[in-house]
Amino acid sequence: MSVTPIRQPAVDAGALDVERIRADFPILRNVHPHGKTLAFLDNAASSQMPQQVIDRLVRYQTHEHANIHRGVHTLSAIATDAYEGARRSVQRFLNAKEEREIIFTTGCTEGVNLVMHGYGRKFIGAGDEIIITHLEHHSNIVPWQMLCEEKGAKLKVVPIDDRGELLVDDYEKLFTERTKFAALTHVSNALGTVTPIRRLIDIAHSHGVPVLVDGAQAVPHIAVDVQALDCDFYAFSGHKICGPTGSGALYGKAALLEKMQPFKGGGDMILSVTFEKTTYNTIPHKFEAGTPPIAAMIGLGAALDYVSAIGLERIAAHEHALLEYATEQVTALGGVRIIGTAREKAAVLSFYVGDVHPHDVGTLLDEEGVAVRTGHHCAQPVMQRFGVPATARASFAFYNTFAEVDALVAAIRKVQKLFA
Amino acid sequence: MDSKQLYQEVILDHNRKPRNYGRLEHPTQSSEGLNPLCGDHIWLHVHLDGDRIDGIAFEGQSCAICKASASMMTAAVKGKSVAEAEALVDAFRGMVTGTVDPATPGNPIGRLAVFAGVKDLPSRVKCAVLPWHTLHAALDAQAVASTEGDQDPMGTAG
Repeated sequence: MSVTPIRQPAVDAGALDVERIRADFPILRNVHPHGKTLAFLDNAASSQMPQQVIDRLVRYQTHEHANIHRGVHTLSAIATDAYEGARRSVQRFLNAKEEREIIFTTGCTEGVNLVMHGYGRKFIGAGDEIIITHLEHHSNIVPWQMLCEEKGAKLKVVPIDDRGELLVDDYEKLFTERTKFAALTHVSNALGTVTPIRRLIDIAHSHGVPVLVDGAQAVPHIAVDVQALDCDFYAFSGHKICGPTGSGALYGKAALLEKMQPFKGGGDMILSVTFEKTTYNTIPHKFEAGTPPIAAMIGLGAALDYVSAIGLERIAAHEHALLEYATEQVTALGGVRIIGTAREKAAVLSFYVGDVHPHDVGTLLDEEGVAVRTGHHCAQPVMQRFGVPATARASFAFYNTFAEVDALVAAIRKVQKLFA
Repeated sequence: MDSKQLYQEVILDHNRKPRNYGRLEHPTQSSEGLNPLCGDHIWLHVHLDGDRIDGIAFEGQSCAICKASASMMTAAVKGKSVAEAEALVDAFRGMVTGTVDPATPGNPIGRLAVFAGVKDLPSRVKCAVLPWHTLHAALDAQAVASTEGDQDPMGTAG
């Protein structure tokens, strides 16, 4: 089969050439909300897709599509190669030891649910305890609550301080001999807090407790090495890292994945089926029942390759500079409360303008072309901790510019004037 | 739709100085209104004298659109009969969901037409309509109104 090489992103040594990178993202120049220049600062909700990934999707649909792992015909083999190639891209991206430790999911939420059903329902019982943190997104709370309700297990929550940092000493004290699992976020979506995940994993392991890391907000900003972290599971979504919606992956240590029960039953996850007995397929296929969103996963592979070519260290450095500038400029306005001031933060700025409700802020910022998320960010416990119903949240990606931060600050100033 | 048209002086004024804000001493009906998606949360207290609304007050935590809508609603329905208030509920809902033209002869909307622009901001329709859902619930002696789920009287409003 012939392979058309994917155009590489514009990368030089040293700092990011943001203007050249922006040229890869057609949506950034195609959309003008209310006639204004778009400042897309809602990347923690979903990021934009570069032309390279769009082209990869088009090439798949125009030259490579058939169902995978089935037919002996040429197209099926091409599609299977492309799909399994994407799995290797994820493996490289997370530095997983083995390809079979990567399970494709429709996103981080499905990854967490897979572990809850596959591991939790098999190995966690009445009176057992599961540890989560106060920073979790609902998707890393609700599945564990469902499990606790079903099994009579108990959920324990690691508290946070006023900066939005985890209280690690309190975390350590939560462990008892009944603790069977820990599900911990790597980066808070609402506040941007980066948790000391390596240390948290070490502490859990010292009590013999396996750890699932919710990496949805971490992978776009931090180079993740699952072997160095020694996490047992790591889940993330493709659409937050320039890939398609409906794509994602779960890393799991092979030994654990093999012990687990399947999450969904159906085609592709079996070796043989009779009405008396079904023999499940080997990992990762045991967890991939039915025809997956093949194109989405191939797009995910292309997105990870794109981001890797730019380099997460350089991405992190640029985003950090943006966050620092934004924090300084927003603080200088006066009257804006920044929610989440952890010492180590990803590029997330959650804020409250005077006593103006975030939904009013969001509508008025949109009027200026500035797209931010407003609401509880699917993290209501975090909102309750800080005594606010919601916040406005600007979240930055590597293609954002200092001029876009200026647009944000100018728009907030307009809100302040209107509500003065 | 230019949101500046929506955030005009009258709405900003009602947000700053909401009318009928607080509680009634002896409400005959009270209802709680909730928009779980954005966290708007209000309580509405009504005092009915026979068929007439002779007292109404609201309190809670909400965005400017919701608060101004609640404030202007309470001012508009005070002294009205239940049937007149319900007609206004229908007119307001119809206006912000774009199903009823407020300029139709006989439409009772009056000054509340300042909210007409909300219909072009789909994410904000529920903010404007929540107090009206809550009023409808209170008059119907329901304890809770929500913009979501089974308690959303408009189905999938907004």
